[in-house]
Amino acid sequence: MSDILEVTNLAMRFDKNTIFNNLNFKLEKGSLTALLGPNGTGKTTLINILMGMLTPSAGEFKFADDVRLGYVPQFRNIDAEYPLSIEAFVGLNAPIIKSSTVKKAIKKQLEETNLYQIKNTRMGEASGGQKQRAYLAQALLDNPNMIILDEATASLDPMAKDELMKLIKHLNAKHKITVLFVTHDVSLAHKYMQNYLYLNHGQIEHGEMSQFKEAYE
Amino acid sequence: MFAYGFMRNAFLASTFIAITCGTVGVYVVARNFSFLAHTLSEIGFAGAAFAVWLGIGPLWGMLLFTLLGSISVGELSLHSEQKESSISAISALFTGLGVLFLAISGANSNYATNILFGSIIGVDHQGVIQLIVLSVIVLLMIFSIQRPLNFDSFDHIGALAHGVKTGAISVIFLITLAMSVSIGAQIVGSLLVFILLTLPPATANYLGKTIPSMIAWSVFFALIGVWLGLYLGYITNLPVTFFIAVIEVAIYLVTYFTHIIKHKL
Repeated sequence: MSDILEVTNLAMRFDKNTIFNNLNFKLEKGSLTALLGPNGTGKTTLINILMGMLTPSAGEFKFADDVRLGYVPQFRNIDAEYPLSIEAFVGLNAPIIKSSTVKKAIKKQLEETNLYQIKNTRMGEASGGQKQRAYLAQALLDNPNMIILDEATASLDPMAKDELMKLIKHLNAKHKITVLFVTHDVSLAHKYMQNYLYLNHGQIEHGEMSQFKEAYE
Repeated sequence: MFAYGFMRNAFLASTFIAITCGTVGVYVVARNFSFLAHTLSEIGFAGAAFAVWLGIGPLWGMLLFTLLGSISVGELSLHSEQKESSISAISALFTGLGVLFLAISGANSNYATNILFGSIIGVDHQGVIQLIVLSVIVLLMIFSIQRPLNFDSFDHIGALAHGVKTGAISVIFLITLAMSVSIGAQIVGSLLVFILLTLPPATANYLGKTIPSMIAWSVFFALIGVWLGLYLGYITNLPVTFFIAVIEVAIYLVTYFTHIIKHKL
């Protein structure tokens, strides 16, 4: 199978502080990969580079020409008073006057992420799991073929975690969406992911999730 | 009441002010810019005083100062760790300048009161046309950037992740905010223009669940405030701005407590 991402000799330094050095890995199209590593090892920095929000100190990365990238960031500013409904939030990246095509696309993503029944619930009043699914639905509206999720399960209870992971697996199986899932939850990655990237001490390892045994130091 | 030319002018001007401030206000509240709107009001006062000193129309001085002020305050609040302190400092400086310009221009205290608290007899036919043209420009600017503005205002992090040029959107929005402050101050005064930019949209936050519905509620409450305020001002001969403030605060409080009670039951 062909690759969707190739990273070559990637390095990142902030002043004299080296975050990582000489990272090399490839992701196959349609793969399901966990980016693992303890907090503070540079997982989000790596993602920010891949998303073009940071420039690496050295090295390069190349996405496949036909890549359509979706990204679900780690933090959002959605407080309890946030007014928009789930449906309005998911459709934020669309014109205010929506064509029937856009409306259909929003409906499809709401159904895909099991949010259609509660589409009129305010985001501020939605549960953590519902919010995460809404973030995912918003990213899916662009019809991506690769999606990067940064610590999407970090603040969720076990049931909501499983629900989100099953949804991600379903998207991968049904729509062949390549998934790069950033987490420090090894057991969750074991349960749902095929491959791993393990970032620690500035180096990266790549392999099948079933082979991943290393404990965090 | 409409037999008087000044009342017709005041109604027409306030209708456009309410539509503009009600619309822009939704984004002011979404972006947590309420304090900035308040500061711009004070900067507007200094601008108007500056214009009086120069001998030009107060609207132009206000536009000049609020445009310069909104960009510099916006930059400061984006890049400074001490956002509130830096806004306070600028606010203090401009209020001081306003007092200075008024003093050296030799304008009487009545004139200062008009700038600060607004005046319904201060807007002539030409003034109304200026206000309408500026209002339409603001609304067109908002409409032309509505997609990235909506995304950035209601989900800043999501917008960044989608590659929206949030910096450029912020600058354009600050320009529309400065213009709205200058427009709104013509009737309600520079001291209280932030009422129309913050209270109707804050009320709309509890009632609307989509951006168009929030804008509709916000404009509706702003219109009720200015129309009823003008009417009550006319029949009682008390300041219009007083009525607008009381009406907007009352609508906000009723909606707020209804929301609280609903969510506790």
